[in-house]
Amino acid sequence: MSIKGKAYIVGIYEHPTRLATDKTVPQLHAEVAAGALADAGLTKNDIDGYFCAAGDMTGLGQLSMADYLGLKTRHIDSTDVGGSSYILQVGHAAEVIALGKCDIALITLAGRPRAEGMATGTQTRAPERPMPESGFELPYGPATANMYAMAAMRHMYQYGTTSEQLAWIKVAASHHAQYNPHAMLKNVVTVEDVVGSPVIADPLHRLDCCVISDGGGAIIMAKPEIAKSLKRPLVKVIGAGEAPKHQMGGKVDLTYSAAVWSGPPAFAEAGVRPADIKYASIYDSFTITVLMQLEDLGFCEKGQGGRFVSDGNLIAGTGKLPFNTDGGGLCNNHPSNRGGLTKVLEAVRQLRGEAHPNVQVKNCDLALAHGTGGSLGTRHAGATVIMERE
Amino acid sequence: MAQAQDRKLAAPPVNFETQPFWDAAAQGKLLYKKCAACGEPHFYPRPFCPFCFSDKVEWQEASGRGTIYTYSVMRRAPVPYAIAYVTLAEGPTMMSNIVDCDLDAIKIGQAVKLVFKPSDSGPPVPMFAPA
Repeated sequence: MSIKGKAYIVGIYEHPTRLATDKTVPQLHAEVAAGALADAGLTKNDIDGYFCAAGDMTGLGQLSMADYLGLKTRHIDSTDVGGSSYILQVGHAAEVIALGKCDIALITLAGRPRAEGMATGTQTRAPERPMPESGFELPYGPATANMYAMAAMRHMYQYGTTSEQLAWIKVAASHHAQYNPHAMLKNVVTVEDVVGSPVIADPLHRLDCCVISDGGGAIIMAKPEIAKSLKRPLVKVIGAGEAPKHQMGGKVDLTYSAAVWSGPPAFAEAGVRPADIKYASIYDSFTITVLMQLEDLGFCEKGQGGRFVSDGNLIAGTGKLPFNTDGGGLCNNHPSNRGGLTKVLEAVRQLRGEAHPNVQVKNCDLALAHGTGGSLGTRHAGATVIMERE
Repeated sequence: MAQAQDRKLAAPPVNFETQPFWDAAAQGKLLYKKCAACGEPHFYPRPFCPFCFSDKVEWQEASGRGTIYTYSVMRRAPVPYAIAYVTLAEGPTMMSNIVDCDLDAIKIGQAVKLVFKPSDSGPPVPMFAPA
């Protein structure tokens, strides 16, 4: 069976905070849930499915969150694959709604790495308990930035991609962020600004990296009958795909991402092609993440990502593929070090016609959200969702 | 010119599966696993083959020769260091560091040779230096 058209996104909310010194993580979860319910015109007791990535809390965190929020549901899912978790969970929610296992699903994301002073991208984070690979990786200092940097370095070597081409991705994001009053970085930057910023991990500069922010967001999904009884514009999920990619027993290849496996089934289920997509939310932990995912999803040929993103091609109003019109992780926010959920939110705004007027894509009836969770350099999961305005 | 400096290395977690690897490391040897059923070498070493799932896997000693598949110099660290993936002459590619070199002169495709660096109260860790 297919999920096509079986589940609608009926409520969305993005927390306005970017520095939550005075709020706990559970409180942020509660606030985004309330916001999305208000947007949908539903109440807390309408929810009968709850999705919350395990890593947003510690231990059996999702159970604690269900307790804290006072949820009584008939379906729970704490799947955690890092930042793409919430894109993957939109697909999972669509599956269980299609099956009738729940009618109204809540997905929440929240975190406060900025308030907690976390050096997200530049320090090695050892897991609580050693993973099978730990002994063969931790001594070498894998931080997030240098792992993505190794993918960028290989892409440059193999395809001739340049730092200037990567910089265009940040430039496009900054053009969009200037219209987002909540964005952390609202200043428009140039290619020269990006390549002139300090190198963090060769070849990635400071401005190739996403922001570290607090906050969160929530999504409410519902079955068609309920969605059509509500007052919000109708946005339905028409295709989804997910896949992990790893070191493949030593056959390491950092030139592509799991999007090569999550994208095709999503497009096939939706019955559309990359060229049909009017707006794309593309996970932007780093500029290289965007470039590789665009290639792997089929928006351009493999190795041609550098040319594709150049000269403003991702800027709304001028480019062929407007992306991340909220400013994305590169400029707006990256709550809890996880940008997947906000990718879905901006895609829904575009489909509803509720993006900022200066970045709203005309007649936006088909949008894609894709994310990479984990590390592009070791293990990650790709998740793709295609949405349509009815 | 930025000469690589030795830095404090976290001790690798060692367990029953990986004890022979680290015992060999203490002898200056780099081991990998090879499957007797399908013939594929793999890394990091497991007690089964990640390709065909056979448990007929055997420890092999690597020659210590390899080439740099990719690398990145972490500049934002107390002691800058070069993380890399090195493809061994025997086939598998492994995460490592490039050491005893000019960090600004590292190149993809460069030939490297095995060296060991001491970890903080753990076994020595296999790394690579320009050949």
